[in-house]
Amino acid sequence: MSNFTRRGLIKSGATVGAGLAMPTLITSPVAAYTNAPTGGSVTLGFNVPQSGPYADEGADELRAYKLAVEHLNGGGDGGMMNTFSSKALKGNGILGKKVEYVTGDTQTKSDAARASAKSMIEKDGAVMITGGSSSGVAIAVQGLCQEAGVIFMAGLTHSNDTTGKDKKANGFRHFFNGYMSGAALAPVLEARYGNDRNAYHLTADYTWGWTQQESIQAATEAKGWNTVNNVLTPLATTDFSSYVAPVLNSGADVLVLNHYGGNMINSLTSAVQFGLRDKVINNKNFEIVVPLYSRLMARGAGENVKGIFGSTNWHWSLTDEGSKAFVKSFGEKYGFPPSQAAHTTYVQTILYADACERSGTFNPCGVAEALEGFKFDGMGNGATEYRAEDHQCFKDVLVVKGKENPTSEFDVLEVVEITPRAQVEYAPDHAMFAGGDLGKCNPGA
Amino acid sequence: MKSISNADMRTLMFVAIITILAPFIMNPFPTESALAQFNAGYPDLMQRFIIFGILAIGFNILFGLTGYLSFGHAAFLGVGSYAAVWMFKLLGYGILPGLVLSVIVAGIFSLLIGFISLRRSGIYFSILTLAFAQMSFALAYSVLTPLTNGETGLQVYADDPQFLQSATAPNVPHLFGMKMNDTFSLNMGPWDFQFNFGYYICAIFMLIAFYLSIRIFRSPFGMMLRAVKTNQTRLNYTGINTRPYTLAAFVISGMYAGLAGGLMASMDPLAGAERMQWTASGEIVLMTILGGTGTLLGPVMGAGFIKYFENIFSKINETVLHGWFAWMPDGLENAIVWVLHLFTGKGWHLTLGILFMAIVIFLPGGLMEGSNRIANWWKRRKGGDNASDATATPAE
Repeated sequence: MSNFTRRGLIKSGATVGAGLAMPTLITSPVAAYTNAPTGGSVTLGFNVPQSGPYADEGADELRAYKLAVEHLNGGGDGGMMNTFSSKALKGNGILGKKVEYVTGDTQTKSDAARASAKSMIEKDGAVMITGGSSSGVAIAVQGLCQEAGVIFMAGLTHSNDTTGKDKKANGFRHFFNGYMSGAALAPVLEARYGNDRNAYHLTADYTWGWTQQESIQAATEAKGWNTVNNVLTPLATTDFSSYVAPVLNSGADVLVLNHYGGNMINSLTSAVQFGLRDKVINNKNFEIVVPLYSRLMARGAGENVKGIFGSTNWHWSLTDEGSKAFVKSFGEKYGFPPSQAAHTTYVQTILYADACERSGTFNPCGVAEALEGFKFDGMGNGATEYRAEDHQCFKDVLVVKGKENPTSEFDVLEVVEITPRAQVEYAPDHAMFAGGDLGKCNPGA
Repeated sequence: MKSISNADMRTLMFVAIITILAPFIMNPFPTESALAQFNAGYPDLMQRFIIFGILAIGFNILFGLTGYLSFGHAAFLGVGSYAAVWMFKLLGYGILPGLVLSVIVAGIFSLLIGFISLRRSGIYFSILTLAFAQMSFALAYSVLTPLTNGETGLQVYADDPQFLQSATAPNVPHLFGMKMNDTFSLNMGPWDFQFNFGYYICAIFMLIAFYLSIRIFRSPFGMMLRAVKTNQTRLNYTGINTRPYTLAAFVISGMYAGLAGGLMASMDPLAGAERMQWTASGEIVLMTILGGTGTLLGPVMGAGFIKYFENIFSKINETVLHGWFAWMPDGLENAIVWVLHLFTGKGWHLTLGILFMAIVIFLPGGLMEGSNRIANWWKRRKGGDNASDATATPAE
């Protein structure tokens, strides 16, 4: 046996460790809030899905975040900072501090997303977390940020719950929601398809699917439609033929697909292959509706989306100054137009930075106060307000249709109508949003 | 304490000291340096190391000893988490009731699944457990939403009853008032070490779990389990009914998983359904194989290895890489970053996959075999020196 035993090594190691620790026992000064930036820079955490079903959306979100950071630090052409109605941002970072960022992979799983967000907060000192490409993840991370005392700027999350029963004082959502989709779509559907229709719903079997289905059903029934059936499909379904086949004999003449991402691509393709769109039922042409559209999805579904109605938060073909400026700087940097996910995350980053400038602090409570009730314009959605009661943005909603003659692979949707804000607004205690409690803003520390 | 051998005692002490000093060991690089990217000494990740360590220790009791490969262990972890969060919702944020219930519920659940699945062995057993776990995941994700809150994950709301929550008790998981997320940070020059209360609670449970696992490994019961692995048919022919033994091992390892789930919920009071997905079960298998099946320390090392990659490598994005190689000429820098970014950031799965293959091919015994080889090589070198001394001495 050697006399250099493991035990001896450990013992001496422990003694040395303890000895080192003793004299230098200084704790860090108590800050007023979590991760108060001390040096010449401030760190933001971009937490997006880089693997899993929503990786495409995540990649586009990340591009938008990088663009926003570039603009905040005074690089590039400034994008929407030039058209933004608030002029607090000067292009010298936030409150004079250079903006830096860390990224993480949510994997579209709430556990992984929370682990990633926690490492950003605990290790990298992020003062704000943003991202998420699904409502489950957004709600999970929002809850975490509330406990940790940092601001959460939600990315792509469409469920009513994010600013409904799961709303949090430290969380803010710019994206629209299921209720707004229903309220915007129903009048357009009524105008095109009449008010004597029988709808058959196929719904992704989880929280987001349910809240959207509930919203669409309520909105269309208010217009006189009848809901024949609502069938829940498991999330992992890839072959929807067994769900589509019964639609034909159900007496329904409209099929509503409450699906997103790959689910939507598969269910729509299946429905079109069954020839549903060529059928005439109850003397009416059979129609398909996809309430939540995204360009990335429409591209995946190809030919099948032509003429199909849906709603979206923003589209690059809009011609207001803000949208044009954003599409230009995004296009120049990456070579193609941004998606709605990119738009909402870019806007969220700028809004956060602006709120810090206006309140003069990174303290979540100060930032939240600056965001609550904040009215702004020039960010691509017209006049917009961050409602103080539930931290949801209220703005116009786009009703879109799959383009009949696309000119490029990005030009797959056309805007049919811009539904004014008043039409999609609801009371904070609306039944579909009730049960939540915003709580108090938490600065942590 | 003579109940365990000196060698085992040394291993236990080794693990204890490593876990106690982990905040130092995991943070070798100063906070402001470029290498700080590789530091793992922040509370969340250290907690994860420990919790997945417990899970892997438990899994090893089943897989390492009996050879029964369960592909559904994540289900017990998930059930444990849900049980703990329900206790937080109903009784309050004290973690003890949650932990107790999570172990009990996972035990009952594994008894049920084990009773059915253990009627078959080999690949059929694996498939059965996989099926049960996927079923649990599907149930938790959608059908049982009132119980599990579906996709969003079960969490504690302000209007939950929390019957035992006193007005003064903290509003986060705590043990007798000491909050799990309390962190004391120690600044030593450029270093910043974080000591988290929750981490040390987990560490205590891990050490207990590790001690129990040593006892099981060295007991006659453990010997019987090894016999099952070696030749179950022969055992059956000698008239021994192996089912009670394998079922007991299954339930014990299920309870370990339940404890891990309960701790996970105690550190972060949210239980998501993805915790039960088959990929999560697969991860546990990977941890055990990577670390060394059937060894005491291996699974813990494997758990740490995988969690490190998931949390550290996935955060090295292109900007970070550009920062590292900024001193190179532009063309070369871009080329190197282009190659490396395939393996870091969103490509962390690829790196892990390559390492996993390398370890399985070159070190079939996992990381433990690797460290044993190094230790042996070290001993041989030292031993060789001694030997030459020994032969030299008499001559003088």
